[in-house]
Amino acid sequence: MRKLIWGVLAAAACLSTASFITTPVSAQGNEKVFKLGIVTFTSGPGAESFGTPGWNAANRLVQALNAGGQLPPPYDKIGFGGLKVEVSVIDESGGTTKQVQELRNAFDRDKFDAIIGYISSSNCLAAAPVAEEMKKLLILFDCGTPRIFEDRNYQYVFRNSSHATMDNVAIVRYLQKRKIKLETAAGINPDYAYGRDNWKDFIQSLQKVNPTTKTGSELWPKLGAGQYGTEISALLQTNPSIIHTSLWGGDLQAFILQAAPRGLFKGRQVAIMAGDHVLHPLGKRMPEGVIIGARGVGGPFAVKSALNDWLIANTQKNEPGVLPSQAHYRMTQSVLGLKSAVEKAMAANGNNKPTTEQIAAALRGLEWDTPSGKIKMALGNGHQAIQANAIGVTKWDGKLNRMIVTDVEVFAAECVNPPVGIKSEDWIAQGFPGAKCN
Amino acid sequence: MSSPSVISFVAALTLVMLAVLGKVLPGWCVFLLVTAFAKGLAALGLVLIIRSGLLSFGQGLFYCAGGYGAGLLMLWGGVNDAMLLVLAGGFVSLVLGAVIAPLLAGYRSIFFATLTLALSMLAHGALTKADFLGGSDGLNLRPPSFLGFQPASSAEAVYSLYLFACVLVVACALACKVHFNSVRGLLSLAVRDNEIRVEYLGSSVKRVISENFTAAAFLGGIGGALNAIAVAHIDPELAFWTTSGEFVFVAILSGYLSVSAVFAASIMLEFIRSFSSQYFPNAWQMSLGIFMLASILFLPNGIGGLLQRRKKRLEGSKIA
Repeated sequence: MRKLIWGVLAAAACLSTASFITTPVSAQGNEKVFKLGIVTFTSGPGAESFGTPGWNAANRLVQALNAGGQLPPPYDKIGFGGLKVEVSVIDESGGTTKQVQELRNAFDRDKFDAIIGYISSSNCLAAAPVAEEMKKLLILFDCGTPRIFEDRNYQYVFRNSSHATMDNVAIVRYLQKRKIKLETAAGINPDYAYGRDNWKDFIQSLQKVNPTTKTGSELWPKLGAGQYGTEISALLQTNPSIIHTSLWGGDLQAFILQAAPRGLFKGRQVAIMAGDHVLHPLGKRMPEGVIIGARGVGGPFAVKSALNDWLIANTQKNEPGVLPSQAHYRMTQSVLGLKSAVEKAMAANGNNKPTTEQIAAALRGLEWDTPSGKIKMALGNGHQAIQANAIGVTKWDGKLNRMIVTDVEVFAAECVNPPVGIKSEDWIAQGFPGAKCN
Repeated sequence: MSSPSVISFVAALTLVMLAVLGKVLPGWCVFLLVTAFAKGLAALGLVLIIRSGLLSFGQGLFYCAGGYGAGLLMLWGGVNDAMLLVLAGGFVSLVLGAVIAPLLAGYRSIFFATLTLALSMLAHGALTKADFLGGSDGLNLRPPSFLGFQPASSAEAVYSLYLFACVLVVACALACKVHFNSVRGLLSLAVRDNEIRVEYLGSSVKRVISENFTAAAFLGGIGGALNAIAVAHIDPELAFWTTSGEFVFVAILSGYLSVSAVFAASIMLEFIRSFSSQYFPNAWQMSLGIFMLASILFLPNGIGGLLQRRKKRLEGSKIA
């Protein structure tokens, strides 16, 4: 037995030493390949609604790009400007210490040329300075907190999708535009920074456009609580005219399934900040007449275009009947942004594989077309994207046999995102100065 | 092997060897060692408690207190020096530990474990709600300086951090080694065996447990502060039960018989996690679980037990 244990330990030591020696050799700066890492939840509560769809979207898009000519122009070139893209996934769960380790491993050991990733805001906050210190390209894709580019300037870190401010501002603009009753507003949000920030943005924006709105109950169920009986009772009792929620994934599904039979969706408006990702799993059990957003003009809001048709067809080829949702759209626009930047940098670099600095320079301030419309790197010195947002109301479509959205309002990017040089918090507090709405 | 001069010679030699090793290994590996050292320090504290027959499931509380202590001193106090920050982190946890210890010293077994767990989850809950501390998103820290030296490049920063961590680890390991072999340290093992007998011999069991707990808090604080400046980010996750569970894992894997085994176990765990998440991104948690099961089944006394058994065998063969 003792020998066996020592044998196992020795074998483990040999294996890890072997991988020290072999990894750098096989991965050393291949000029014909672009190594892309995707960090997203492959385990834990975020995996089902955002992690796995995000990774699937990235993987399928990269396979299509490598095959070449499958996407409509300007994305019909093979891979990234002729470079084949090697894509692999890293699990985002395990906390910030693990993520910082993994990011260092990814750049230093596995020699990724760029990383796209992070759904959790705390992971985004922790990862950004690491990439900056190592002078490596990091593109954040789904996390919401505006703090990242408002608190600090970056050279190597980008976010190719909007931050969370517009998600709530757009809902408030929708309520105002559609003249929905706004006497009292209540909120049920998950008890962590994301939920708290969303509620704060929502209620402050709402009271800016309609100062007479009273704040009803603020409910903070734990992330992953699953049971919302007490919260639903509280909401029914106080009877607010509008209920705001930023619950997501399984939590949101459970909340809807428990609230609908008790009549919470009748006689008052419920606004779900990011709700498109539960439309497919809930199907007909999703109530009608609920205000939802999709953190961008994606999912059921996506406008018909060659690119969007391609995304839907490519998703349904693998998952029949599934309409791409938030994570698909935000991941697709992140990869396409990187592709555009790499190709722009290559053109300037005599068609050779560009350096990290050259790609970063090309991505700074870039604009590109995506299935979710035009993305502009407008904020944070050209490192933070803004995009248009859409809000609508759910309605069952018997012919399509799925939930669709009606009464849709699309808000221009400049209408729901703060302009350059002002923090999101201050922008809301000052009553949206400089917002350009049509 | 136990005379002070021999121990300090071994410590100095270890430090030199570690410093050379850090120059040879690639950057990612050196960073992995730093985080393993930080967790090892906290686990070493836990081993102190385990020696007296108790298991704390709340070592994360002190890890977190150390991290926030150091982090807030950097952000609010403008201190950038790694040594000052780590000592401050350790001090914050020490004070916290000294306050809690007398309350907990009266409890044993599962009650002790759950009370410590409850306290750490209390801290986690409070920090999650504290918006001015960044809530669950936490706060970012600046890169630290080392006794006035500000690293310029990423590689330099990682190596200086590593050297700094090595000094901390060797100093703490040395202190614990001396303590383990001292009368006071051996008393902990006596408490584990028979509390009544220890009381009859004229020592206070409660005091032994309080002292161990406070020392463990200090080590946890130092580990947490080291982790905070290495990762450059603090969040309430540091006090979550999974963090405490990790320290328990390391402590079980190492056993309570040897100091160096704690760091060996911590390094082993970090490497297994890193490689399993590289090779099995969908099943890395399962490989950790299998590894833990295997180590409990085949190494009930941990790596420390293995080392000691080998030492005894060698000594035995010499006599024969």
